[in-house]
Amino acid sequence: MLEQLNRIEQTALSMLDQVRDEAGLQQWRVKHLGRSSSLSQVLSKLGQLPKEERPMVGRRANQIRQALESALVEKSEALQQVAIQRSLEAERLDVSMPGRPAHSSRLHPATQTLRKIYQILAEMGFQIYWSREVETDAYNFELLNMPAHHPARDMWDTFHTTTPGVLLRTHTSPGQIHAMREFAPEPIRVILPGMCYRYEQLTARSEIQFNQVEGLAIGKNITFSDLKGTLADFARRMFGQNVRSRFRASHFPFTEPSAEVDIECFVCGGSGCSVCKQTGWLEILGCGMVHPTVLRNGGYDPEKHTGFAFGVGPERITQLRHRIEDIRYFWGNDMRFLEQF
Amino acid sequence: MRVPVSWLKEFIDIHLPLEELAHRLTMAGMEVEEICLVGLPMPPGEKHEFKITGLSWDPDKIVVGAIHEVMPHPNADRLVLCRLDDGEREHIVLTGAPNLFAYKGQGPLPQPLKVAYAREGARVYDGHEAEQKLMTIKRTKIRGVESSSMACSEKELGISSDHEGIIILDDDAPVGVALAEYMGDAVFDIAITPNIARNANILGIAREIAALTGQELRPLNLDILAEGPSIAGQISVDIQCPELNPRFLLGLVRDVTIRPSPYWVQHRLRLAGMRPINNIVDATNYVMWEIGQPLHAFDYDVLLERAGDGPLKIITRTAHPNERLTTLDGEERELDDFTVLVCDTAGSLSIAGVMGGVESEVNEQTRNVLLEGAAWNFINIRRTVAAQRLPSEAAYRFSRGVHPAQAERGVRRALELMRQWSGGTVDRDLVDNYPCPPEDPIVDITAGDVQRLLGITLTLEEITDILTPLGFTCVREGETLRIQTPDHRLDIGEGIVGKADLLEEIARIYGYDQIPETRLADELPPQRDNPLWDGEERLRDILVKLGLQEVITYRLTSPEREARLLPPDTPHEDLIYTRLENPPTAERTVMRRSLLGSVLEIIERNARLRERLALFEIGPIYLPQEGELLPDEPTRMVIVLTGLRYLPMWDHQSSEVLDFYDLKGIIEALLGELHLDGAQYEPTEHLTFHPGKTAQVRMGKRVLGIFGEVHPQVHEQYDFPDTPVLAAEFDVETLLTLVPDRHDMRPVPIFPPVLEDLAIVVDEALPAARVVEVIQKAGGKMIADARLFDMYRGEQIGSGKKSLAYSLTYQAPDRTLTDKEVARIRGRIIQRLERELGAKLRS
Repeated sequence: MLEQLNRIEQTALSMLDQVRDEAGLQQWRVKHLGRSSSLSQVLSKLGQLPKEERPMVGRRANQIRQALESALVEKSEALQQVAIQRSLEAERLDVSMPGRPAHSSRLHPATQTLRKIYQILAEMGFQIYWSREVETDAYNFELLNMPAHHPARDMWDTFHTTTPGVLLRTHTSPGQIHAMREFAPEPIRVILPGMCYRYEQLTARSEIQFNQVEGLAIGKNITFSDLKGTLADFARRMFGQNVRSRFRASHFPFTEPSAEVDIECFVCGGSGCSVCKQTGWLEILGCGMVHPTVLRNGGYDPEKHTGFAFGVGPERITQLRHRIEDIRYFWGNDMRFLEQF
Repeated sequence: MRVPVSWLKEFIDIHLPLEELAHRLTMAGMEVEEICLVGLPMPPGEKHEFKITGLSWDPDKIVVGAIHEVMPHPNADRLVLCRLDDGEREHIVLTGAPNLFAYKGQGPLPQPLKVAYAREGARVYDGHEAEQKLMTIKRTKIRGVESSSMACSEKELGISSDHEGIIILDDDAPVGVALAEYMGDAVFDIAITPNIARNANILGIAREIAALTGQELRPLNLDILAEGPSIAGQISVDIQCPELNPRFLLGLVRDVTIRPSPYWVQHRLRLAGMRPINNIVDATNYVMWEIGQPLHAFDYDVLLERAGDGPLKIITRTAHPNERLTTLDGEERELDDFTVLVCDTAGSLSIAGVMGGVESEVNEQTRNVLLEGAAWNFINIRRTVAAQRLPSEAAYRFSRGVHPAQAERGVRRALELMRQWSGGTVDRDLVDNYPCPPEDPIVDITAGDVQRLLGITLTLEEITDILTPLGFTCVREGETLRIQTPDHRLDIGEGIVGKADLLEEIARIYGYDQIPETRLADELPPQRDNPLWDGEERLRDILVKLGLQEVITYRLTSPEREARLLPPDTPHEDLIYTRLENPPTAERTVMRRSLLGSVLEIIERNARLRERLALFEIGPIYLPQEGELLPDEPTRMVIVLTGLRYLPMWDHQSSEVLDFYDLKGIIEALLGELHLDGAQYEPTEHLTFHPGKTAQVRMGKRVLGIFGEVHPQVHEQYDFPDTPVLAAEFDVETLLTLVPDRHDMRPVPIFPPVLEDLAIVVDEALPAARVVEVIQKAGGKMIADARLFDMYRGEQIGSGKKSLAYSLTYQAPDRTLTDKEVARIRGRIIQRLERELGAKLRS
């Protein structure tokens, strides 16, 4: 009898081994653990056995039943694993296919650069001051130490309106006078951003409208060395902590002394490349100490007050940073350009 | 301005390498834009701070040669053979240079001709090419005669574009010496800003180098060998407007021979960018370049003839009404009443300081030369140059101010050069009328002034050492330096302005790079709030987040371009624009009155590039105001959408296009973020928009903006895609002033809501917003949300009707609502919908 039981176990286990799916598993359960299974029959005939064999055969039969039941659970779990694996395999994607297009949109590159300039200067205490674009000759030139027929006016080609004495500002500097007249005799630290206009041929290198950001600081204790320090800090934050800058003597009628600021080329690190035209330097800023006549025109006493002013072109900076060789891209607003920033 | 370095060396010893010299000048405000090599070797190294152009002459291959005989070519009339000594041996050199033909067949020349000789293998420019193109001299046979070297033209050596003949050097040129050593040079092209116009000459630049390097400046030699009679009494001068003509000088050279100037003079003028004419005209140009004083030479005999029997009298005056003068360029010019003329008793001779007249100009027959040196009011010269459109080197200098003291220096220098170059005799003395000598300012400076403006500490001795080489005279009085401006500059002001002028000079020469970098230590001004600016930037951020691309457009447009915003033939009043006097093109004549017009043009531009466009711009428009000089510049915000609602995907294609409700969704989201609750959307009419698809947005009594679909007839006037174009225009200030400073948070409910749908049938004309209004009113606080989720029109409902289905959210803050409560509220809502709107419940 025990031998028969062993055979039943072996047969059942070897058949379980061949089961491949859930349905086969159910069939196997009915066949080997069901009421009509050989094992059940053995158990049901237990009473017919001699009394002394009954406990041993019974114990063995129950042992086999437990073994088959746990083998069934194990097999069932294994089959589920296989099924999951198979279905996951079937769901495999081609991850190289393109994604669903999102509606991506950006700020105009000029705005992006303007914001970076605002942020750096705001942290130094410079606040934005709005100033108009259609200006009077007085604010754009005369009050900035450029009387009519002054040679320095040659530096700007001006758009005049049909109203005599009214023009499109050629720089943000008229805002200096507006700010001074509003705040005198308080100290000033403002930036004057905005669009300026020059009568130019529209080419890859020259535009009729362009943004400028002008900085103005006025107080009782402001020196040329402060101007150098402020702009060197600005250049390091704008172009990189290790960027060196240099001050070159230059001329603007509304500042004296005046300077142009070059920074070491951030593309080649100063070793010479096409962006800096092999010179290692990039011209980025014009600046100087506010001219005494301008201070006076703004309502400050040049014997008591000093100040500095500087101007920077956001489009030029953007061009340098991204190697934009044609300035006309900015207001052309071709999506193929805008989408790159 | 082109500055040959060799010319500078007439006035100062220069020991610095070329690039270092250029660097020092550039840092001190005389920006060297280009270094053009004329024979000198390329400075060593890979990296150059400056743009370097030009040609280096190989010292072994390009040397001074001497032609001893010019012989005919056996087979060609237009070629000659030269017997040439290059210091090592004799060569036969073949050339077609016309300036040698005069010597052809004369046998050995008594005085050999010194030339620039290039041996086989030398690199020179090809004289026959229009551009500067390098070539290597090779052995070749021309018409049966072998040739392996050549005598060069200026063009071949990169000196000028002259290829008319070969260079004939001065007789003392040393044979066999490398040409680069004999006459190699470099020319600096220097940008002259208006404040340093005094340096638009060789002496001025040399003076700056003296101050920058500590080398001594050699003074200009103003001695004249005057062997003629005294000019005194021969000519009188009458200055009628002294403020326009502060000084007028005359000198006389007799018995000149008009001929080409010596080669070294012509060479120098060419390097400087001027065209040599003859010895007399060259002398005036040479002096102008050398010290900055423009001069004018008259044919003296023409003037005598015009004077007839009377004494010669020169008059300077402003032009008479309708007066005309034919200038040197052959043009008859109408003169303005401010134009100053140099005249004699017979009439006008020249436009003062700008251009001579044709009648009295020096020509090949001239024997006696009257030389004018004068000072003119620079502003008046500028006006004249602008009115006559007559820019010239003389006018360039006079229009930026030339000190009257320079006039005498110029006349003396030029008279002596004319004497040397023409063989003439100079009359003793000068005629000198000097009614308005300028006062050269005296400015006081202290060490404290330097500290206050520049932030550096200098002693009075250091300041003196900086300013003296520039020509200033510094006298110490206690702790003050009393500084006298030299009589060659007009750019130093009086008082506090003069102080700033001098501090700039001190900073420049001391070196900007020597001044330390410090941080602002001054008091911070009061910090001010800037709500409009902050608000504008916030709008940009929200719009970008909502999927709109920012554009920035041209603010110049034309009325015709903006007229496209209205359907064709719309009668409209003429709009007043800020109009340009000098528009850049016919398409940009005015400042825009509409931001929408600008953005629509960007849609046009990109229409074929993208299937979906969603753009915005925030920027000003310009509205002239009655009685105001300047226009208002309000800021507007424009949004434009067009194209596909969903971008095509490989597993999904949709032809749905953006419509009114896409734009409205964006506006709702924008107003939501700004916490502008309670905006009303009302149908409105506007010529640019579709009459049935346009709304205005109102908050209380304030209209924020308008949006809708662009009118089909307007659409047609643009090169748009076929999809509807949706546009919105808002006034930014109105929008931002309504944005609340703060808002209260609404508690998040902790009890579950009850959700229920409600569908009703109403008249087609009933605005959906009315339904929500009634639901809210009837439901009171318990209605947390009423969202339209479906709309249906069709037979089942009947014509003139529509079905609206709402998803209602019932919510109490303090409990879970019971079914009974919800049923009661619902009943109330239905009752009021039926009563107030004639709605019918749809089952």
